[in-house]
Amino acid sequence: MIQTLLGEVKEFKKPSILTPLFMVLEVLMETIIPFLMASIIDEGVEAGDIGHIYRVGGIMIVAALIGLLAGLAGGRTGALASAGLAKNLRDAMFHNIQGFSFSNIDKFSTAGLVTRLTTDVTNIQNAYQMILRMFTRAPASMLCAMVMAFSINVRLASIYLIAVIVLGTILILIMNHATKYFQQAFPKYDDMNASVQENIAGIRVVKAYVREEQETDKFKKTSSNIYRIFKKAECNLIYNAPLMQFTVYGCILLISWLGAKMIVSDSLTTGELMSLLTYCMNILMSLMMMSMVFIMVSMSSASAKRISEILTEESDLKNPEEPVYDLADGSIAFHHVNFAYQKDSREPVLKDINLEISSGETIGIIGGTGSAKTSLVNLISRLYDVTEGAVLVGGRNVREYDMESLRNQVAVVLQKNVLFSGSILENLRWGDKDATDEECMEACRLACADEFIQRFPDKYNTHIEQGGSNVSGGQKQRLCIARALLKKPKILILDDSTSAVDTATDAQIRRAFLEEIPDTTKLIIAQRISSVQDADRIIVMDEGRINGIGTHEQLLKTNQIYREVYEAQTKGGGDFDENGGER
Amino acid sequence: MAGKKKKDNIQIQHPLKQLKRLMAYVFQDYGMHCAAVLLLIVVSVLANVQGTMFTRTLIDEYIQPLLLSDRPDFTPLLHAIIRVAAFYGIGIVSTYTYNRLMVEVTQGTLRDMRNDLFERMERLPIQYFDTHTHGDIMSIYTNDIDTLRQMISQSVPQFINSAITIVSVLVSMIILNIPLTVVTLIMVGIMVLSSRAAAGTSGRYFVEQQINIGKVNGYIEEMMEGQKIIKVFCHEEETEEKFRELNQKLFVSADRANAFANYLGPINAQLGNVSYVLCAIVGGMLALNKIGGFTLGGLASFLAFNRSFAMPINQISMQLNAVVMAMAGAERIFRLMDETEETDEGYVTLVNVTESADGTLTESDHRTGKWAWKHVHQEDQSVDYIKLEGDVVFDDVDFGYNEKKIVLHDIQLEARPGQKIAFVGSTGAGKTTITNLINRFYDIQDGKIRYDGINIKKMKKADLRRSLGIVLQDTCLFTGTVKDNIRYGKLDANDEEIYAAAKLANADGFIQRLPQGYDTMLTGGGAGLSQGQRQLLAIARAAVADPPVLILDEATSSIDTRTEQIVQDGMDKLMHGRTTFVIAHRLSTVQNSDCIMVLEQGRIIERGTHDELVRKKGRYYQLYTGNQIGEA
Repeated sequence: MIQTLLGEVKEFKKPSILTPLFMVLEVLMETIIPFLMASIIDEGVEAGDIGHIYRVGGIMIVAALIGLLAGLAGGRTGALASAGLAKNLRDAMFHNIQGFSFSNIDKFSTAGLVTRLTTDVTNIQNAYQMILRMFTRAPASMLCAMVMAFSINVRLASIYLIAVIVLGTILILIMNHATKYFQQAFPKYDDMNASVQENIAGIRVVKAYVREEQETDKFKKTSSNIYRIFKKAECNLIYNAPLMQFTVYGCILLISWLGAKMIVSDSLTTGELMSLLTYCMNILMSLMMMSMVFIMVSMSSASAKRISEILTEESDLKNPEEPVYDLADGSIAFHHVNFAYQKDSREPVLKDINLEISSGETIGIIGGTGSAKTSLVNLISRLYDVTEGAVLVGGRNVREYDMESLRNQVAVVLQKNVLFSGSILENLRWGDKDATDEECMEACRLACADEFIQRFPDKYNTHIEQGGSNVSGGQKQRLCIARALLKKPKILILDDSTSAVDTATDAQIRRAFLEEIPDTTKLIIAQRISSVQDADRIIVMDEGRINGIGTHEQLLKTNQIYREVYEAQTKGGGDFDENGGER
Repeated sequence: MAGKKKKDNIQIQHPLKQLKRLMAYVFQDYGMHCAAVLLLIVVSVLANVQGTMFTRTLIDEYIQPLLLSDRPDFTPLLHAIIRVAAFYGIGIVSTYTYNRLMVEVTQGTLRDMRNDLFERMERLPIQYFDTHTHGDIMSIYTNDIDTLRQMISQSVPQFINSAITIVSVLVSMIILNIPLTVVTLIMVGIMVLSSRAAAGTSGRYFVEQQINIGKVNGYIEEMMEGQKIIKVFCHEEETEEKFRELNQKLFVSADRANAFANYLGPINAQLGNVSYVLCAIVGGMLALNKIGGFTLGGLASFLAFNRSFAMPINQISMQLNAVVMAMAGAERIFRLMDETEETDEGYVTLVNVTESADGTLTESDHRTGKWAWKHVHQEDQSVDYIKLEGDVVFDDVDFGYNEKKIVLHDIQLEARPGQKIAFVGSTGAGKTTITNLINRFYDIQDGKIRYDGINIKKMKKADLRRSLGIVLQDTCLFTGTVKDNIRYGKLDANDEEIYAAAKLANADGFIQRLPQGYDTMLTGGGAGLSQGQRQLLAIARAAVADPPVLILDEATSSIDTRTEQIVQDGMDKLMHGRTTFVIAHRLSTVQNSDCIMVLEQGRIIERGTHDELVRKKGRYYQLYTGNQIGEA
């Protein structure tokens, strides 16, 4: 776990090594300075030698200056190393997350991933800085004090040694215990994040139903959970300070007592006793610092575990060893495919799907809500892996392809379309980042988007707001189709993506597909019969199974579901062809 | 939007004010705790001081006499040690106790603060949520609140501790020698100034860090939600690049903030040493020239004090970065807390009534199934009861999201109880905006909206909204069971009512097929359900609320035609006897409306029944026949 994290130090190794060195230098200066101070008192002030005060004072200022520089440099490199580690950790986690499959993401939840990338990384950052700066500083100054103490009197000094060992053991035990609680605490953070997230997203519903108070009560439960578990964890840590005091005070009294006896029996001088007691204070200070580090470490060890979970998580969807980069053609085949989103769910979403689609065919898919139309097409671009059976594209199992190549050649226009903030051209170039302006316009013409873009004052440079809030639902859908077309895919999947486009334009787009990209296999999921009725074949989905396949005429004769839908739609007339995209 | 924050905002505004406010926050709920902590810290410091005193007197008062006597008697020393040990014991106990109390204070304050934040957030107007990224708001609850933890639990006690030490040492110094005290204080002044400079710079970067962490948070959240799009377009690399940019900014601000905070320690420590040397030199000259009767012995003591003066200052400066960071976090926290809440000047409330034979309404304190508006006239306090019927009138309504851009013009409409009013028109015509006005998510600029004859501005928002059922296109489900989600519409609904509502919306079928039926847990906004299933649940949720007025904003857009027919039956049942506002693009949903409004660019350009409008062969006819090409 630690190694996984330390592996991300990378280019910040130098400051990570330098920081402790600077700290040691600072500690050295700090150890020398008291000697100089003593010298000022003993040989300067007491002896009334102002010249000595000047001289030693001068040396002391030089030492202070060196200490200052070392301290500043240590502070600089310490910040750099820890902020750098944090940056690398976030980069590495984000990178790994990009490779995650949806089931990986579901496992951690969006809120969980957010906490891990922010709160947990901040914890590690603070702990790393503490360790680099304090963890060398404190033991170094303790070591100096120890050495001094031992040089004065071995017997009394060994009291310190024993005390430090005993105390250290107890601290570690406490820390271990507290870590357990901290590990329970951070998942509660995820819960809180999730609670806030869904409330922000659903604020209209909350307000419409006047549920502000109820939601607040629910949130209070979540925040109380955090309170309880953190209190438990911290209640373990608060033993640190009194324990330390107990040890140090114990040492002081013990040394006073034994020291007094030794002085009386002439094996120790009073001056030596005073020095020993001073070192006791030094040791106390370093122990205090160490206990602070211990608190940080025990808190962050839970975070470290959560971060390394992400870093070591392997994506469910893996590229094959020797991937195939090219699709031979746009043919698709499903062989006895069963699929469930969760491995342990009772009932699969797709049941025993068998299907052969040849390259260049236009296939319509129609079916009720929850009939698994979307799940079916998601398997083609390998957004999910099948549970049983096989999906073949271009004659090969989708698992044999390089995932990026597969998805580049299978273009999907999703049900929930997303545009990102940026110009229209920038959005289009998601499809092909090297596309020329002409290619972009050509794609837009095919998708019937060109005509409305031309009406914008800035044409193709029109800025799209986040989420595409400044274009209408129909416009958004056409832009998304154009974006997909730019990929020049072998297979094009439209998942209910012309629902907000009026019937005439819809027909025009389909005509363009037929004429301009005849070799591309086209899968069109739709609710309107008119969108699919002139497809080569139409698949009727029902509750995860294929209920019927055939042309419009065949299905009208043989398929009851299809006939019902058709009658329902023709009887009622048309649609209004406008889908409210405004919020 | 957080991303548009101006550069000049990057500075802690009035750090002392933030600190004061934060402390006030802590004291408000934990005043007694704080008083006890203060007392215990004093006890703990005093115990420590008496220990130090003891070691100072140890040699002179106990060891020296022992050396002088022939038969050393250790009893006085033993007694002294036992006495000191007792005091130490008290000190240790108080240290433990105040630490224990501080855990309570810290975690309690953090919890209260989060609760407070949430409570206030829930009361903010919709506009706030429309203009802030979600992840950035989330960040306040975790990253910003967390900055307060160390500050409250460690820095504050440390400050008190150090302050007590500083004061006691300062008094001793003044008694010993005033000129030297002045020298020391000048050095302290320099320390304070340099600390302020470093802390100020560091503070600026900490503020920047918290803003950047909010942005990173927002970006991650947005990208996780859009993960599917990223994957189908293989846009992982570009997404990462953008992330790296944001991350780099966060790194730079974190690095600078920490570096400047780290400078504080060494600067103060070494300035302390310089102060020592200066005092030694000045004091030495004073003593050697016998100015002001200052002796060498006095100088030695003074130098000892100078050292013990530097120690607490050092400790404070070590805590300063925690404080500075906390101020940066506190600023963001208080900014959210200070956002103007949704105002509610309404005084007309919704009450249960019983109706007598002659039609007089009497207020009742239990559920009667009949509701009325209780209108207490402001002039003479007389009370009117007006039956809740669902009569909605728009009178010359103008509206714009901001003053400059009016999106709705002269909207005039009347919906009599039980009528079905449909809005059709192209996207951006203002259909959804109209419904946002009825429930006062936004307030109108000009004109009046009357509900059962009462201006809705006079109604209590909660009561107004309670009387309106709403089903949105973007359904939103909450973590909890299916049952909980339906019950959202009416908290005291029993299971039968819930099943009935689900059946009405035709959601019962698929719910039964879920692994645990009505008790299936939904997480992540109902991630396991299809878009259509989510909409069915939202309709069931509105059905259980049983309101007199319904607003259906594209409520059936993601339901397939076949299911829609069945839902439509349920919806028709649901709409029966209710005033309904429907926004839809499906003819079947709109056709049987009492009045259809065709909206274009914020104006109603046509109105009438389906047949009237078809005969008119205007815009509606165009839409209906699908003759028009392209976007309206």
